[in-house]
Amino acid sequence: MTAALRFDPIRLPPECEKLRKEVRAFLADEIAAGTFDPHKPNREDTDVPEFSRKVGERGWLGMTWPKKYGGHERSFLERYVVTEEMRVANAPTRRFFVADRQSGPVLLKYAPEHIKMDILPRICRGEVCFAIGMSEPNSGSDLFAAKTRATKTDGGYLINGTKIWTSSAHIADYMIAIFRTSPSTKENRRHGLTQFLVKMKQPGIEVNPIGQITGQYEFNEVVFTDHFVAEDHVLGEIDGAWKQATSELAYERSGPERFLETYYVLTELVRAVGKNPDTRSAEGIGRLVAQLHTMRRMSVSVAGMLQAGKEPVVEASIVKDIGTVWEQQLPHRVRDLAAFVDADATNHETLENQLSFAIKTAPKLTIQGGTTEVLRGIIARGLGLR
Amino acid sequence: MAESENIVAETAEKIFADLADAQTINNDKKGAWQAPLWQALSEAGLPLAWVPEDCGGSGASLAEGFSVLSAAGRFAIAVPLAETMLAGWLLAQAKISSPEGEMTVVPASPKDRITLNADGSLSGRARGVPFAKAAKHIAVLANGAGGLSIALVEAGKCRIEAGLNLGGDNSDTVTLDKVPPVAIKPAPKGFDQTTLMLMGGVARSLQIAGALESMLEISVRYSNERVAFEKKISKFQAVQHNLARLAGESAAALAAATSAADAIANSTSFNDEVFLEAASAKIRCSEAAEKGGGIAHQVHGAIGFTIEHILHRYSLRALAWRDDFGSESYWAVELGQMVADRGADELWPLVASR
Repeated sequence: MTAALRFDPIRLPPECEKLRKEVRAFLADEIAAGTFDPHKPNREDTDVPEFSRKVGERGWLGMTWPKKYGGHERSFLERYVVTEEMRVANAPTRRFFVADRQSGPVLLKYAPEHIKMDILPRICRGEVCFAIGMSEPNSGSDLFAAKTRATKTDGGYLINGTKIWTSSAHIADYMIAIFRTSPSTKENRRHGLTQFLVKMKQPGIEVNPIGQITGQYEFNEVVFTDHFVAEDHVLGEIDGAWKQATSELAYERSGPERFLETYYVLTELVRAVGKNPDTRSAEGIGRLVAQLHTMRRMSVSVAGMLQAGKEPVVEASIVKDIGTVWEQQLPHRVRDLAAFVDADATNHETLENQLSFAIKTAPKLTIQGGTTEVLRGIIARGLGLR
Repeated sequence: MAESENIVAETAEKIFADLADAQTINNDKKGAWQAPLWQALSEAGLPLAWVPEDCGGSGASLAEGFSVLSAAGRFAIAVPLAETMLAGWLLAQAKISSPEGEMTVVPASPKDRITLNADGSLSGRARGVPFAKAAKHIAVLANGAGGLSIALVEAGKCRIEAGLNLGGDNSDTVTLDKVPPVAIKPAPKGFDQTTLMLMGGVARSLQIAGALESMLEISVRYSNERVAFEKKISKFQAVQHNLARLAGESAAALAAATSAADAIANSTSFNDEVFLEAASAKIRCSEAAEKGGGIAHQVHGAIGFTIEHILHRYSLRALAWRDDFGSESYWAVELGQMVADRGADELWPLVASR
């Protein structure tokens, strides 16, 4: 029998609702102060250090981490609420998002104590930005084909090679990357890669921006030439990164960022349609809202199961699969419905601009952070097909 | 709560496994399985699960009853269990005791209306009423001059024109022509036809989600058995990805339906938040019935298209259940109108309310 999928109907505890009010009030203040414009997801200023620092001050970074590292020992569900409110408001989270979601937890698990004491409190204060060095020019979804070498030298390693599609590398202070420390073996092609903490803005690292079809420059090529990484910057087991890479993916795959990336076009459509939609608009909006609601309930459910110490790996992959496919289709469905909206509606231009950006953003959503094809392979394995 | 929920669901599950095995039923052309199944369900108190003890039922919680419906969906149960549960629940809203035996509810569609006449009798026509032919009694929601009433009528006093849904189960037209009710009382304040439709819709959503769970299971099993091009078809990436999508549809249906059931079980009224949950469940589960059922058939190939194979028991019922208590397009219009009426900036607060 197939292992049954579970989506426990999690209800957010009262402390989450209190927190949600605080986050909304904070964001409203920041919007009023002109820190960012929630109606303009396509703005250039996605990196706003001052905003990042304020979020840290509020205690909303490293929320689930131990207090001794600057964390706040709150629940994953509380972190969930902060994340979804920031996302829906189109807040400029670029500077801290990766560190808070992904890099911090890796450091917590694998970094030596003095590095944890040094870096984690700074993440919690919103002072540092992280990038993730996975893909290479000839190694994308096939992570274990990575060739960038880490060669043993006195007191550490010398890095040579190229990472690519590295988001935020141009502003990042650190990168957590996998490099080849040994060749793969016949028995295990995943063997031989090691996870490292890299200090950016050091000799031997060149960051070259890559233009995207949206007109933005978010990702980069990162070239390493005899870049030195100290011995204590190895994260986890030498040659054993493959054992580490998979365990935290449930957190990464199932968050609100996996279905809310283009949400703003739906809000704007509802605004343009007004209070008395025709049948076609009402049905279209109703179906989209039903999907949105279902995705969120699935995502909250996974967060709740993680909080309860369960490991919903397949469920998390499913959330990312159908969540990203949905957020990719959303701007196109909104465009269908927007064709019937009054062109003199006051927000018509905003909607048109947002649609243009969302439609250009859409193709990346099923590629970044694990392609749909890779996810479906993982789900298939979970179903007992591989 | 969770424990006793499991006990009630486990009881149902055991009865289904013993007396409603899909292959056995599929081979039995005369329907000899129906009477023993109904008897066992009745003895376990399941058809009147939602009826308080002082109204003749077994007084299970809403959550317990919902878990029975999930199990009923997993077995694609084709006896009026969900319908009798809903009828008992409706009658209990007005503190009317439930009789023994099969029941169904009228109306079963948002568009139909039954009228309470000045002389106390009931008139009107309801289409697509599930299992009306099998019912001994019918629970009726009726509109009168003084508001809504809930009534119990004998099925024999109504004109019932038999019809069949996509799954081959009775879906009948029920006409009441000045039918005197056995019992009638005013509906409680705030209870309206939408409430009944949402409750029925969530019941169907749970059943569809259950059927999809089974479709996923038998499709995975079949793909691991069937050999083509000298290997199991489960080893082909195209088949794997289809099954992963089926898992996604099954997961979405399960999450939407159980979330809506949980919302109803833990809310004191059918407010906007419960409306969002219940309407979304019916919409999303119905969409999943189409997409997921389609994949299950694709994986099975020609054998799944035969009457001998059990797949149709799940796939066609899941499709049929979409039509009861408001289709997905009906609820999409209703939900869209509610969202538009609340305004753009109230959409996210609604979605994030639980």
